[in-house]
Amino acid sequence: MHTIATLKKGEKGIIQEFDIDVIPLKLIEMGCLPGNIVELVQYAPFHDPLYININDSFVAIRKETAVHISIKKVS
Amino acid sequence: MLKVALIGNPNTGKTSVFNHLTGLNQQVGNYPGITVEKKIGYCKLTRHHKAKIIDLPGTYSLNASSLDESIVIELLMNKNDEDFPDVAIVVSDVENLKRNLLLFTQIKELEIPTILVINMSDRMKRKGISIDIPVLEKELNTKIALVSSRTKDGIEGIKTLLQDYKNISSDACLDTSKIDVEYFDRLKKAFPNQSLYKLWLVITQDVNFGKVDKKPMEDATSFSFATKTNSELKKLQQKETIVRYKFINDTLKKGYLVDKSKARDLRSILDRILTHKVFGYVIFFGILLLIFQAIFDWSSVPMDFIDSSFASLGDWVRNTFPAGVFTDLLVNGIIAGLGGIVIFIPQIAFLFLFISVLEESGYMSRVVFLMDRIMRRFGLSGKSIVPLISGTACAIPAIMATRNIESWKERLITILVTPFTTCSARLPVYAILIALVIPDQRILGVFNAQGLTLMFLYLLGFAAAIISAYILNKVLKIKSKSYFVIEMPNYKLPMFKNVFINVFEKTKAFLVDAGKIILAISIVLWFLASYGPGEKFNNAENIVKTEVVNQEISSLELDDKIASYKLEHSYIGIVGKTIEPIIRPLGYDWKIGIALVTSFAAREVFVGTLATIYSVGSAGEEEETIKQKMAAEVYPNGKKVFTLASGISLLLFYAFAMQCMATLAIVKKETNSWKWPMIQLFGMTAIAYITALISFQLFK
Repeated sequence: MHTIATLKKGEKGIIQEFDIDVIPLKLIEMGCLPGNIVELVQYAPFHDPLYININDSFVAIRKETAVHISIKKVS
Repeated sequence: MLKVALIGNPNTGKTSVFNHLTGLNQQVGNYPGITVEKKIGYCKLTRHHKAKIIDLPGTYSLNASSLDESIVIELLMNKNDEDFPDVAIVVSDVENLKRNLLLFTQIKELEIPTILVINMSDRMKRKGISIDIPVLEKELNTKIALVSSRTKDGIEGIKTLLQDYKNISSDACLDTSKIDVEYFDRLKKAFPNQSLYKLWLVITQDVNFGKVDKKPMEDATSFSFATKTNSELKKLQQKETIVRYKFINDTLKKGYLVDKSKARDLRSILDRILTHKVFGYVIFFGILLLIFQAIFDWSSVPMDFIDSSFASLGDWVRNTFPAGVFTDLLVNGIIAGLGGIVIFIPQIAFLFLFISVLEESGYMSRVVFLMDRIMRRFGLSGKSIVPLISGTACAIPAIMATRNIESWKERLITILVTPFTTCSARLPVYAILIALVIPDQRILGVFNAQGLTLMFLYLLGFAAAIISAYILNKVLKIKSKSYFVIEMPNYKLPMFKNVFINVFEKTKAFLVDAGKIILAISIVLWFLASYGPGEKFNNAENIVKTEVVNQEISSLELDDKIASYKLEHSYIGIVGKTIEPIIRPLGYDWKIGIALVTSFAAREVFVGTLATIYSVGSAGEEEETIKQKMAAEVYPNGKKVFTLASGISLLLFYAFAMQCMATLAIVKKETNSWKWPMIQLFGMTAIAYITALISFQLFK
């Protein structure tokens, strides 16, 4: 099962359902919604934080948040 | 006067739009009770009409996730607030329109006439973007101004729209109650006279509403407890976001087109280098080094100029005004105090210049991204990097810069440890002590021992900050949700006007906030140093003259001796003598004790005080003379006062002690309690005492 945390650089995924209690509303409002596309742009050492393109918004989030968002990889 | 509120996501150029509309007609103040800055400006719409524009903190949504974002929702919910707007302007930008419109649709439901500004029109061609304004205006039920704050294109169009504000619709463009028709129906029946969306906001906010009328809020919250759990509310909020984005996507399909083949991408090229896992860090530290070097080099000329100007001013006043108490207060209390504040403006202004450029260009977010993981090990946030760097100029604006840290615990720890970084005021103290006790030798043939010591002290400041952050993180039991989300904005060329206004405001904040405290304490210390109880003080002149009756000394030297004797027997001299037993184990005598006390006004006062104590007065504060006197100073038993041991002990004391009253005042303001500044005061001074003690005993 893949999450944003397991994306490789340049890979894209489609966001699946996730647990709302651990994802901040702010991230949801930035575009983290089921069905939206997310791409990993870059990662800092130790894969933390992660610089992603989510629904055309470029943001950085911590790994502890990224592991809770499951995705389906897009080839 | 027409009241306008400027709202929008960060990084949309909202501040540029504000600056264009208001010019320098701006005032920055504070919201009562909290420390978020309130920016108000005035704009001339026509010859006869002015508008008062309030620039609200940037936010991504009305659902606030930090203190400054909560300002926006508090103001817009409170019709009785003096700043409640007649018109709202939501600023967005051509590239992030989709996300920007989320906030827009929320604002639209607040029943305020709302205009949409789409900024950065100059980037449209480069990115292959085309926008159909009339279609968007129809779908969004608003009037749109397409502007470029870089070229000033379209700004007048905003003023035109504002003049015509009565014709702007205050209807919503979508209906939130669709997300749960039954629930909102019940809400409407329970509160028939309230706006449904506003009720919804009140029910779902975590925010503490200071000024909104509490009664409807309490009723609404208890209503929600009776009908929906927290978890269900969160699901509804997610659904609301989905509904909004669906509406936005449908709207943009009709009026917004991107031709990806035309888009040129600066972002990915720059990011590949600047966030590289090795080069990213190398470049960042390289930039830091350059900044520090530049600040040192560029500041010395203005600082010398300010120093001599104030000295001349003091001389002129002393020679022009009649001798007496008032003149003495003016020269040695007020002018000296003011000089001590103004002299730091070059360093502070330059540091903020660099930080502002890094922020405006978008690079600072990359720095936060690179540093977050490391900072978190120590209980800090990636966003703590700006305060820590700023602290090397002055801790006061640095502490104010912590306001964008979402987690209260991370923010508090940043505030508490920032004063450990080596601020500008410590430098004059370090300079003279190093010159005095550290041998001017080369180590390993390359490095200068004195230079190394200075660098070591800088690193020590950072190390102390990091280590105490680590300890505080383990010790402080504060529950704090930490949801780190930071936008990575587009890279852009900083606009000079914005940078200039930013530097001006921050420097002014330093001058006013730190300044008034430093000045007040300088005056108090002047009094304590100029007056003393008893015979010895009042008869100083005669006593000293009798003492030197057989010596050949000039009248200037006599004056110096009298001044020194007076100081010894003044109130502050008595304080010095009283604390001598406590500081003797650190290698200090009562004269140094006096200087330690006066440093509570500002650390660099140490040098001036020593000059007076060692009778350097009339020869001026030239470093050479003070150094000679300090080097010659001996205890009654013949041993030197300033040795390697006592020098190191003093250096360490100044590195760690919390002596800056102005910093304590700012910490109290930013944390809203006396508890934390007191902990800082006692904690840091205790650490200073212990390290000074150990080092003196070790090296002597």
